[in-house]
Amino acid sequence: MGLDTSIKSVLVIGSGPIVIGQACEFDYSGTQACRVLRAEGIRVILVNSNPATIMTDPEFADATYIEPITPEIIERIIAHEKPDAVLATLGGQTALNAAIGLYERGTLKKYGVRLIGADVDAIQRGENRELFRAIVEKVGGESAKSMICHTMDEILAAVVELNYPVVVRPSFTMGGLGSGIAFDEDELRQIAGAGLRHSPTSEVLLEESILGWKEYELEVMRDRKDNVVIVCSIENLDPMGVHTGDSITVAPAMTLTDVEYQKLRDLSMDIIREVGVDTGGCNIQFAVNPKNGRIIVIEMNPRVSRSSALASKATGFPIAKIATKLAIGYTLDEIQNDITKVTPASFEPTLDYVVVKMPRFAFEKFADADPRLTTTMKSVV
Amino acid sequence: MSSAFLVLDDGRIFEGTSWAATGKTFGEAVFQTGMTGYQETLTDPSYHKQVVVMTAPHIGNTGVNDADNESAKIWVAGFVVRNPSSLTSNWRAQNDLEAELIKQGIVGIQGVDTRAITRHLRDRGAMRVGIFSGLDLTREEMVVEVRKAEAMAGAYLVKDVSTTTNYVVPAIGTKKFTVAALDLGIKAATPRALAERGVEVHVMPFDSTVEQIMATNPDGVFLSNGPGDPSTMTEVIEVVRELLLAEVPIFGICFGHQILGRALGFETYKLQFGHRGINQPVIDKNTGKVEITAHNHGFAVKAPTDQEFSTVFGRGEVTHTCLNDGVVEGLQLLDRAAFSVQYHPEAAAGPHDASYLFDRFVDLMAKKVRA
Repeated sequence: MGLDTSIKSVLVIGSGPIVIGQACEFDYSGTQACRVLRAEGIRVILVNSNPATIMTDPEFADATYIEPITPEIIERIIAHEKPDAVLATLGGQTALNAAIGLYERGTLKKYGVRLIGADVDAIQRGENRELFRAIVEKVGGESAKSMICHTMDEILAAVVELNYPVVVRPSFTMGGLGSGIAFDEDELRQIAGAGLRHSPTSEVLLEESILGWKEYELEVMRDRKDNVVIVCSIENLDPMGVHTGDSITVAPAMTLTDVEYQKLRDLSMDIIREVGVDTGGCNIQFAVNPKNGRIIVIEMNPRVSRSSALASKATGFPIAKIATKLAIGYTLDEIQNDITKVTPASFEPTLDYVVVKMPRFAFEKFADADPRLTTTMKSVV
Repeated sequence: MSSAFLVLDDGRIFEGTSWAATGKTFGEAVFQTGMTGYQETLTDPSYHKQVVVMTAPHIGNTGVNDADNESAKIWVAGFVVRNPSSLTSNWRAQNDLEAELIKQGIVGIQGVDTRAITRHLRDRGAMRVGIFSGLDLTREEMVVEVRKAEAMAGAYLVKDVSTTTNYVVPAIGTKKFTVAALDLGIKAATPRALAERGVEVHVMPFDSTVEQIMATNPDGVFLSNGPGDPSTMTEVIEVVRELLLAEVPIFGICFGHQILGRALGFETYKLQFGHRGINQPVIDKNTGKVEITAHNHGFAVKAPTDQEFSTVFGRGEVTHTCLNDGVVEGLQLLDRAAFSVQYHPEAAAGPHDASYLFDRFVDLMAKKVRA
């Protein structure tokens, strides 16, 4: 299909400052995106509030705005620069939330700008827990039993049905901010209260506990011809209950038979299609009961994620670069495999080695932080 | 643990330690790149007389279970791994892998540099190999023994793996069609995939005659995967030609695809190191879509990929090619109901991207019945 020649200029939304839960991986992916776009002769407009990343060095974009990543500011940039498209799937959750904000303000429509990579509907289907749950059910998967709550009263009513311990997850936050596991009412009030405050939609989800289950992630890529490949599977050494960012993780998955792995693969492909991420990468997380193999789909990120950086390093498959090429019209079979140089990117890397990621903690710098590992990310790398 | 030696035809020797059964074994050295599915590989009859080198470094992590066997026994002639798992970690495991290999007398070797062996085979091509453990032989004696072993080119192996009697795999749900499946080394997953689509499968010995096949009153004939050199399969190729003349719908996979190719008048040839893995990208030339597929083939069909071809059975075309090296991966006739793929739509092990091909076979039979 080749390059979509209607795209002459692209606004790339960066990820902002480095914080726990969102570190340099998105500087890497955003920088890759700028490089790819410029190499294709596309004018790159960049917004990122972080002057300390290499991404905001002048040579990576044709116009660089070191401004807050808010829909209001980005709207002004769009009004001035009039880009053909916005690419928000390579700047982490910050960029994705900004894109949703632009849509909700009507900015995209007003200036005739389209979102490339994943459209608003796909982002919503992937990120909104109720919509995502419905998709999981539709493709024959299972989600953890759960209830959505908007107030503390609703939360206390829900836990009667789900029992303790119960998992608390606020919507639209990054690095699991504001989430945790509550073992009694005091903890629930504390964790869920914070969750309600952190969630931009004041929405938290209470969920049956799958503490101690095996945890897996699959990195998936799809192009506009509907070719789908699984770039990498990742198994967490620390089970469910410890945030993936804090877990020791291993690629490829080590303790699944082919029958079980293919179930995760089939579910991942059905989910990315149903969510409608047309071009680019996403990450889908699963919990597997170690006693009987029951599979629960935990969540998906309809964007390049922290795990994508690990998967890229582990496999040599440059997810950010390829996601950008897919967003501007190329298909997987048209993109060269960077390792072999002669075969296409429409393949699934096979490893003859095992990659282990070790988290690094800096509790000595955060004297007041609780050093127990939970579902909120605490490692710095 | 005593030392063990992996000895290649060209004189290269890798030293490791003895694993699984001890003794000696010979076969064709091939490498398999799947990161999952070692149990399906071990029990796949297509690996008969092959010594399989696993490129994934940890093998045995999930043990073995009764449900994932692709046939009644382990077929590989020998098993070469880098680092066998010292413990089994999976809820379905019923036995430890090494214990199962010992029980079935499969000689293995561990602790060898499987990456170096793979590179060697990729550069020099598949070749004969022996594994020796617990024996008092000199290096020269081992190489001499390997060179006396049977080569894969020209090997006629189907007789070793095929069933000797007919058996029926019943349709799941309502029976819609009957298929006669010629067992050239069939895997359990194939009749299962057909049965799931309402097909009653009569699995038959490889040397069944056209009369015996037609006696099952089949709506279609399936040609299975299997080991060996397709050029040795003269009788089966003749049977396929007669079935084509009788206009019976035919679907072939892997070895069965090579046999259909030869029945259409094409040559088959030996690939330098073959395709063995579960991540091979294949493009459907008619739709432009890419499938990630399971492969296990050392031979391939030589057919024109750029245009239609004509055969004594009418026009035909190459439907699929491998994106890595352009090898022919699928064939179909345009004037008759016959098609084949070089890869494994039944997966096991491997992705399910190509399972639509079984639906295509069922559709062909449905059309034939209506016509």
